[in-house]
Amino acid sequence: MSYLALTDADREAMLEEIGVSSIQELFGDLPTGVRLDRELGLRPAMTEQELTAYFEELAAANVPVGAELSFLGAGMYDHYVPAIVDAVMQRGELLTAYTPYQPELSQGVLQAIFEYQTAICELTGMDVSNASGYDGTTVAADACFIAKHVTGRTKVVLTEATNPQVRQVVKTYAPGFGLEVVEVPHRDGATDPDELRVASEGAACAIFQHPNFFGVLEPAAELAAAATDAEALAVAHVDPLSLGVLEAPGHYGCAIAIGEGQSAGNALSYGGPHYGFLSARSDFIRRMPGRIVGETTDAAGNRGYVLTLQTREQHIRREKATSNITTNQTLLALGGLVYLSWLGPEGLREVGETCMALAEHAKSRLGLPVLFADRTTFKEFGIRVGRPAAEVVHDARERGVHPGYALGRDYPGMDDVLLVALTEKRTPVEIDRLAEVLAEVKAR
Amino acid sequence: MKLIYEKSRPGRRAGRFPEHGLPVPDVPVELRRSEPPRLPELAEPDLVRHFTELSTRNFGIDTGFYPLGSCTMKHNPRVNERIAALPGFRDLHPHQEEDGAQGALRLCWELQEVLAEITGLDAVSLQPAAGSQGELTGLLLMRAYFGERGEDEQRRKIVIPDTAHGTNPASVTMAGYELTPVKTDARGNIDIDDLEGKVDEHTAGLMLTNPSTLGLFDENIEEIARTFHRAGALMYYDGANLNAVCGISRPGDMGFDIVHINLHKTFSQPHGGGGPGGGPIAVAKRLEPFLPVPAVVRRHDGYGFDYDRPKTIGKVRGFAGPFGVFVRSYAFILAYGPQLREMSEAAVLNANYLLARIRGAYELPVDRLCMHEFVLSARLLKREHGVTALDVAKRLMDYGFHPPTVYFPLVVPEALMIEPTETETKETLDAFADAMLAIAEEAAHEPDVLKSAPHGRPVGRLDEVKAAKRVVVRYGFGEHPDLSGEAAEAIAEAPRGV
Repeated sequence: MSYLALTDADREAMLEEIGVSSIQELFGDLPTGVRLDRELGLRPAMTEQELTAYFEELAAANVPVGAELSFLGAGMYDHYVPAIVDAVMQRGELLTAYTPYQPELSQGVLQAIFEYQTAICELTGMDVSNASGYDGTTVAADACFIAKHVTGRTKVVLTEATNPQVRQVVKTYAPGFGLEVVEVPHRDGATDPDELRVASEGAACAIFQHPNFFGVLEPAAELAAAATDAEALAVAHVDPLSLGVLEAPGHYGCAIAIGEGQSAGNALSYGGPHYGFLSARSDFIRRMPGRIVGETTDAAGNRGYVLTLQTREQHIRREKATSNITTNQTLLALGGLVYLSWLGPEGLREVGETCMALAEHAKSRLGLPVLFADRTTFKEFGIRVGRPAAEVVHDARERGVHPGYALGRDYPGMDDVLLVALTEKRTPVEIDRLAEVLAEVKAR
Repeated sequence: MKLIYEKSRPGRRAGRFPEHGLPVPDVPVELRRSEPPRLPELAEPDLVRHFTELSTRNFGIDTGFYPLGSCTMKHNPRVNERIAALPGFRDLHPHQEEDGAQGALRLCWELQEVLAEITGLDAVSLQPAAGSQGELTGLLLMRAYFGERGEDEQRRKIVIPDTAHGTNPASVTMAGYELTPVKTDARGNIDIDDLEGKVDEHTAGLMLTNPSTLGLFDENIEEIARTFHRAGALMYYDGANLNAVCGISRPGDMGFDIVHINLHKTFSQPHGGGGPGGGPIAVAKRLEPFLPVPAVVRRHDGYGFDYDRPKTIGKVRGFAGPFGVFVRSYAFILAYGPQLREMSEAAVLNANYLLARIRGAYELPVDRLCMHEFVLSARLLKREHGVTALDVAKRLMDYGFHPPTVYFPLVVPEALMIEPTETETKETLDAFADAMLAIAEEAAHEPDVLKSAPHGRPVGRLDEVKAAKRVVVRYGFGEHPDLSGEAAEAIAEAPRGV
């Protein structure tokens, strides 16, 4: 199969117009030594029908969340994505557009991103949002970059209870940014504000996840105050679906709010593409990385939207830009906007309450020791299963249940801990099934 | 058109959830949401209409010809969307155990293999989320590589030609390197004389797009590669223009050590109005130990992740990368197979044909056959008729086309950077050529038609200066400003595209 349209007659006429006798002549500038003198070693071209069959075979070799009863979370969540999200994301005019460099042809996506920025600001209680970052990990590195330039400091603080992948990405970016990364341990599942204050002395920012990786609610306002006391920017990494229930970071003193957008409107898709969000107080807008859409007018006074503050960006500022980002995650952010609009404020509160209620129910129903049992959690919590959690996962999956994430991968001493996530898609009956399976496979 | 927030009415809603009959736990008061976020409140029919209306105010490759230079706006096959939506891919949790993700892991591994073959290099990481993140990853690999050799402090400089995308110098800064610019010569190649003395023991590497953003293949690439390698430096290939040379010439064979591939350009991942993209990197064997984790590997009993890479730079993004992008791009590659060569040949043929049709009416800064794209200048139109590249771009909208990239590359004044791609018919190219010729005529006889373009769009030219001064980047609800009373200013001649 091919998506080419030229006929032999076309090619002939075109070569004649160009004034060459063959297509090969068009490549005459390539030195002989760099030309490939054989065919690419790829399997023969496939028709659409063959492609479909091949990819169906690959897809069938996976076990998606619908094929087993899944309580997996740990940063990515099986929330319900309504049909309208896919329908909008598949509109060809939006799906197949490039970055909106020509606003007269791009008002659709530009207005949508302006609406997305508004939704993120409303969720997080912040003044400004960019048009999205790559995911929930890279926006943390972006926040560090802002903080370094705002404060002139080169140390960044991360809580150990922050998603391990987020921490790892910050550490990978750090040498390039010239940053030193310091981690603050958790105490019984949450971060101690006094420890964070001490660590934040001389730091550009302090990043904490809330609810944290264990699902535990952090003393968020106290952590923000601790960082701010040390004149570091307080950065909260938040789950958008918690923000109908939990206070907005902008309302408890954070300078920047970031997060992974997947739970709000994106399919799991084995880890991407998703959107990361980044919002901040208005003071930092000129330091923000990424695209930002702004409102303006045309000469007749008609309202319209454009990419704005582009003097921050690489195509104008080059080596002095705030970031190298060009392609972001606009389509996924659009999915997020559609989803959040489908929810509305009531729906957002309900989905958060539902997750929380199911999680509390599961804690008591499973009958296993709950990790950090005195802490309040949101939609996820740890349980001790009495033997290596990875083995429990294996045995439970043989019974058609994926019971959660084995926490020992990231936290030494937690080999027997399973991190269990409850989304609104789970039901009390399914929790009963999980309890039954765990009873069978724990400490056999 | 109203914003979705202006259509919102308290009490309306779309989504609802099943009743669970469980008590809702208390959230400690100091952590509880004090005021609900003002998300839109609409019923589903009005949501559908809102977003459908937005889509009608947008232009994609599905709408029409989109010759945005260096962005490779080619057809996005619909089957790829259907495949990516198979539940086995779409609903697969990234923490799923390896034995429950064999199809996905195999897909990643096979994609790594084909990208290694296409680029002529040894090892691939799919992790970077976009081309520019691939650049940063590549530069961090250089730092790790030289760090191991004890040369990281000594090798601080990255050489970049003046035709480069802005992402290259921006990535250099993000990686903690310093920029050494090099000029372009009259034939559009790197100026070898200017390069003299710029490559030494302080050089970490070169970043080069080849063919360049002028759409020209660097004729001295072998000599350039020798120069850098002799100095102990590395060669980085910006894959933005890979669409010109698939199956014809491979970056590895040109002497490059690190390559990023823009899956959303060459391999047709729909760009979604700004993303997603994908920016895998392919590297030579000596750089493999430093690649991000996890690597996807084939073992005797199946496919899996390998985290045991002691020299890794770490992670640049969550999980193994944007998997949904891999599905679409791999499907695109399999649809062509070895005929990817024909794809690139058609891209180059289309570009040269278009160039031949319109070169008489615009200035051609370098008189060579082009590769997959070419750059013209509207400088004469500006001098003689006061018509700018921006005016030409806006007028093309009236003819039903998306404009090319303008004001880039920076070395060409009044630049129009045109990339037709392989998927266009001769008829479309002819219609576009006719429009470009007609516009050049109009510039001479009715320049005001160009200066007031576009006509009949939902908005006219928008005041970008006002947007940057007033900075309204979110809806203000009851306090939303009315900007219509403030005078509009002329818009700047800045790069638009790439």
